[in-house]
Amino acid sequence: MMRACLLAFLTVTACTEASAPDTTPERTRLAPGEIRSGYTFLQPQTQALQDDDFANPGFLWVDRGDALFHEAAANGKSCASCHGEEGEELASAAAHYPAIDEDSGELVNIEGRINLCRARHQEREPLDYESDDLLGLTAYVAYLARGVPMSVDISGAAQSWYEKGEDYFYTRRGQFNLACSQCHNESWGKKLRGDTISQGHGNAFPGYRLEWQSFGSLQRRLRDCDSGVRAEPLDYGSDTYKAVELYLAKRAEGLAMESPGVRR
Amino acid sequence: MTIRIAAPDTAKKGEVIEIKALIQHPMETGYRSDSKGKEIPRDIITEFECSYDGETVFAANFFPAIAANPFLTFYTKATTSGTLEFTWTDQDGESWSETHDLTVE
Ligand code: HEC
Ligand code: HEC
Repeated sequence: MMRACLLAFLTVTACTEASAPDTTPERTRLAPGEIRSGYTFLQPQTQALQDDDFANPGFLWVDRGDALFHEAAANGKSCASCHGEEGEELASAAAHYPAIDEDSGELVNIEGRINLCRARHQEREPLDYESDDLLGLTAYVAYLARGVPMSVDISGAAQSWYEKGEDYFYTRRGQFNLACSQCHNESWGKKLRGDTISQGHGNAFPGYRLEWQSFGSLQRRLRDCDSGVRAEPLDYGSDTYKAVELYLAKRAEGLAMESPGVRR
Repeated sequence: MTIRIAAPDTAKKGEVIEIKALIQHPMETGYRSDSKGKEIPRDIITEFECSYDGETVFAANFFPAIAANPFLTFYTKATTSGTLEFTWTDQDGESWSETHDLTVE
């Protein structure tokens, strides 16, 4: 009840301040100098949890991923056998995803890339989204790129994906009829329930959310935002969410990777 | 269940050492229901114990109000070289253990 009231309240504010309910939101942008990680909006205690490499519960998944990375498949290959004992070859890979897979010409996110490697190079079945094993491997690979500035390629085949993600970002949806941009471009810094709305960057993910009491992918976070406006969340791994991931990564260009991040 | 332990490998005799222990566990309270209104059964760790060279130096009982992935920090005095053994036991008696060797100089 509380949630509905507050969200409805926000809808009203957003509508009166921005535009009439049935109009397309203006394509406002964040100025390059004002891009800030969601980390800067957190309470000091939550920041401290993220900063402590032991207490940060995300490291439970990094450790799991580390073990899986070194485990040989039936064909004798482990991830480490191709990508280096400490994953050296992947030191910044996660900061450049999603990216176009050259073989198929399709856009793949980091989860998709890991599953492709399992299929192509280890003759293994793909792992399910949000399974501890896929979260673990993603956490490990993203952790290798911690601190690396995000930078994705949106040229060539990636361009139409980028545009698709951008369209989703500026489209109103759900019973509350709100676009991502109305919260994360136009209302960041304002309060919504106990939260301060951030700029909606994906650099902390995969990450640990206290609300989940668990670790999750960026797409799980996107599903929460879609459900938050009472829209039907999309399926895990859907083309549209992959396109939104690409749009978000380009929008956050230069922001350092934080995974395993901790969020409220 | 993934377990993380942080404890020194070496310590001076008589030194007070800090030990940290973290385990992956949902700590499902039994008070929540799923999206279809069905009760999610309780699934919690109920006991934790740390023994040092065979002797219990720290123990705790857990209840539903403990958050998922419980994290404990505690202290003990380094007396002799030996093994620290950490054991978590759930409501059904299933348990998970990890060890850490400590050398006392
Ligand atoms: C009603 C307002 C609202 C709308 C609309 C909304 N979000 Fe969010 N979003 C939030 C809140 C609140 C949070 C949690 C606090 C924060 O980090 O902003 C959040 C968090 C996020 C985060 C994680 C940020 C971090 O650092 O942890 C991402 C990424 C995100 N949103 C993307 C989106 C996308 C993409 C859309 C559109 C599909 C969207 N959001 C729509 C309110 C909204
Ligand atoms: C037999 C060697 C081999 C194995 C085993 C393997 N990979 Fe790969 N990996 C590759 C090759 C080759 C590429 C380049 C893309 C391609 O051809 O599929 C790649 C690409 C990647 C990338 C993207 C790198 C980039 O810069 O874009 C990631 C991340 C990755 N692999 C992770 C993994 C993980 C995690 C595992 C284990 C589950 C794994 N790989 C197993 C050979 C391997």
